[in-house]
Amino acid sequence: MPEKQTTIPRATPLTPIKKAIVVGASGGIGAALARHLAQEGYVLALLDCSEHTLNPLCDEINQTYGEMRAVPYEHDATAYYKVPDLFRKIVADLGGLDLFVYVAGVIYFPTLDEFNFSEDHKMIEVNLLGAMAWMSEVAPVFQSMGGGQIVGVSSVAGDRGRIGNPGYNTSKAGFTCYLEALRNRLTRHGVNVITIKPGMVKTQMLDLPNAPKPMLAVTAEQAAQGIWKAIQKRKQVAYVSSLWRWVMLVLTHIPSVIFRRLSF
Amino acid sequence: MTTLHNLISTLFIMKNSFTTLENFGHSMSAPSYRFIPRTSEEIYEAFQLAKKSELTVTLRGAGRSYNDAALNGGGIVLDLTGMNQIIEWNANSGVVQCEAGVTLEQLWQKVLPDGWWPPVVSGTMTPTLGGCLGANIHGKNNFRMGTIGEHVTEFTAVLPTGAEITCSPKKNADLFYSMISGLGMLGVITTVTLQMKKIDSGLIEVHAWPTRTLEEQINSLLEGAPNYDYIVGWLDTITSDHGQIHAANYVHDDPDQAKMQVSYQTLPDRLFGVMPKSLLHYFMTPFANNLGWGAVNIAKYITSLRRHTFRQSHAAFHFLLDYVPNWELSYGRNGLIQYQSFLPKETALQTWTEMLATSKKRGMPSYLGVTKRHRPDDFLLSHALDGFSLALDFKVTGRNRAKLSAMLQEFDQMVLDAGGRFYFAKNSETSAEITRTFLGEETVARFKKLKKRTDPNGLLESDLYRRIFG
Repeated sequence: MPEKQTTIPRATPLTPIKKAIVVGASGGIGAALARHLAQEGYVLALLDCSEHTLNPLCDEINQTYGEMRAVPYEHDATAYYKVPDLFRKIVADLGGLDLFVYVAGVIYFPTLDEFNFSEDHKMIEVNLLGAMAWMSEVAPVFQSMGGGQIVGVSSVAGDRGRIGNPGYNTSKAGFTCYLEALRNRLTRHGVNVITIKPGMVKTQMLDLPNAPKPMLAVTAEQAAQGIWKAIQKRKQVAYVSSLWRWVMLVLTHIPSVIFRRLSF
Repeated sequence: MTTLHNLISTLFIMKNSFTTLENFGHSMSAPSYRFIPRTSEEIYEAFQLAKKSELTVTLRGAGRSYNDAALNGGGIVLDLTGMNQIIEWNANSGVVQCEAGVTLEQLWQKVLPDGWWPPVVSGTMTPTLGGCLGANIHGKNNFRMGTIGEHVTEFTAVLPTGAEITCSPKKNADLFYSMISGLGMLGVITTVTLQMKKIDSGLIEVHAWPTRTLEEQINSLLEGAPNYDYIVGWLDTITSDHGQIHAANYVHDDPDQAKMQVSYQTLPDRLFGVMPKSLLHYFMTPFANNLGWGAVNIAKYITSLRRHTFRQSHAAFHFLLDYVPNWELSYGRNGLIQYQSFLPKETALQTWTEMLATSKKRGMPSYLGVTKRHRPDDFLLSHALDGFSLALDFKVTGRNRAKLSAMLQEFDQMVLDAGGRFYFAKNSETSAEITRTFLGEETVARFKKLKKRTDPNGLLESDLYRRIFG
C-alpha cells in the first residue's frame, strides 16, 4: 500500500479524527476553508488541478501542525471518469470520511452583448458536472454509512438569471437545484447537505476582466468562517455573508416585467 | 471474477456494501466495504478485488475486540460469520471440526450434551473461532490449559495469494504458531479442528472468598491456582482495593444428564422472571459514573464478605459478560475501552499499585477490574507469561479522552519497564514503538518475514495492524 498511509494520523478510540475532502482547495475560498478545517483538527484530502498551488498549501498546513493533516491530490474537476477510483483511494488513505466539500468553480465575465459558448461550456463542466460526478460517489457512501456532511459551494448567482452572465447563472442554478434534490434524498438517511451561497468574495475571480465592482464583499477567510459555522450548525442553506440573504430576498421577488428592464 | 459481468456486479456490490462497523466497546467506528464470503473461492475473489482496487482487507468475526482489530477505515472487511457450519463432531474422541465463523456459543451447545466442553472459552460466548485463534484467546484457566491455540490440532487457511494450506503443530508449524495469535494478518483461517475436554457434570463448583487488598488478591491467585481448574479475581478499583476471588472446579459426583442439556445451561432471559434482560442495560446507564459504579462495587464486596461455595452451570460461570445483553451500551455513546496488562509474578503488585493509585488520583478510576493467573505459551505474538493479568474497563467521555490517552500511555511504559506484555484484542492505544519493544525486534522481524511470504502484496491490514506495526 502507498507509503502515505502510514504517515496520515489514524484514529484510535481515544483520539478520534475527522476526515474531509475539499475539491477545489487551492482557490481563494477553498484554501481558506482548508486552513480552517485543519485548525479544527480535520485530516484533509485537498484536490485541485495544479500541483503548483496545492503542494505549497499542504506543506504550509502540515508544517503548522507538525503532522500530516493535508494530503495533496492533483485532479482536474472535469476528469469525471477518474473520480470513482480516486474517491475510493482517498477514503482508504484517510481511513474514512466525515465531510465532503465541493468548492471548485470557474467564472468568465462576458460583455453585455457577448455570447461565448466555449466559456459557458467550461463553467457548466467545472461548476456543475464536476460536482455531480463527485457527489454521485460520495452520496451513496454517506447514505450507506447513515451519516456525513456534504457541502456544495454554489452562489447567489444561481438564485436568478440575470443580464450579466447567463452561463454562470445557469451553472450555479443547476448546482443549487442538484444540492436541494440531494438533500431531499439524503436527509432521511442522516446525511446533512449544505448549500453555501457566497455573495461577493475578494478572490482572484474579482480581478478578471469585466468583473463587477465589489459590493458587500467579504474576505476568503470570512467566507470560510461562515462555511464552518454552517457545517457546525448542520445548516441546509447558508448565505455568505448573511447580508446576502436579504439582498437576494428582494432580488428574487422583483417581477420579471421589471427585472428584464434592469441593467444588472 | 473472471467474467466482465461478475466484475461489474462486484463493483456494484462494493458501493452498496459500504457500512460503518464498530468495535465491542462502541468506542470507535470505521466505514468499510463489508463482504460476507461463504466459500474459500469467495475469499480469494475478495483478495483479487482488493488488489485490483488498491484496497486493504481486514478479517472480522463477531467484532468482540475492544479495539481496532476488526476495523479497516476505508478498506474491505471480510466478515466471516457467514461460514458457520460445524463440519464434524466426534462424541467419542471429543474432536470437532468447524468453519471459522462458528461461535463459541454454537460450539458448547453442540458438544455439552455429549459430555464435553471447550477447553478454553472467553467471558462472552459470541466470538467466532477464527477470531479466537487470531487473538489466541485465554480463559479463567489460562494457568492450567493455556490459550485456545494449544487445543487446536489442525486448521486450514486461504492465503491472499490464493494458496490453501493446512497447518498443525507438525505441518507448516511456523505458520501454525504465527497465524494463531497473528491477528488475521497472515491469512484467512477457514476451518478449525479442536480437541474438547471431557467433563462429568453440567455443573461447576465455585468457591468464593473476599480479598481485602491487592496483595491479598494476587497471593490468592498464586496460591489458589494449583488447587483449582479455574480462578479469577474481581477488584474494586474505585473506592478501595477490596476484591473477591472465584475459584472453580469441575464437578465429578453429579452425573445428572439433564444438567448437560442446553436448556438447563442457557442463561435466563428475564430478571426475577419478570423483566426482560434485553432492557437491563438501560437501567445500568445511570450507574455508569464514578459514584454509581463505586456504590455497586461496595455493595458487591459486602455481599461477598462471607466465604461460600456454590454450584452453577458452565454457561453461567463462564459467560458472565453475556448475563446482561448489550451491557456495553450502558457506558453511553462514547463507549468504553479496556486496558489489560500482563505482568510477571515479581513485578505485578508494585506496578498495579502504582497504576491504580495514578488512575484514582487523576479522577479516572476503572469501573471494573478483573485479575487472572497466566502461563507462557509458544505462539509468536503471545500475550501470556508466568504471572498475572489485570483488565481495567474505562468509560470514555468527550472530555476525558485526551487525559485518559495520556494516562494509558504512561501505563504502557510502566508495564514495559516491569517486563510485562499486552494483549491485542484489548488495548486500543498501544503504539508501534511500545509494541516493538515488548515483542522484541526479532519477533517483529520474524512476523514480517512470514507476512511477506503469505501476503506478498500486503493486502491484509487492519487499523490495529497499522497502529502496532505501522
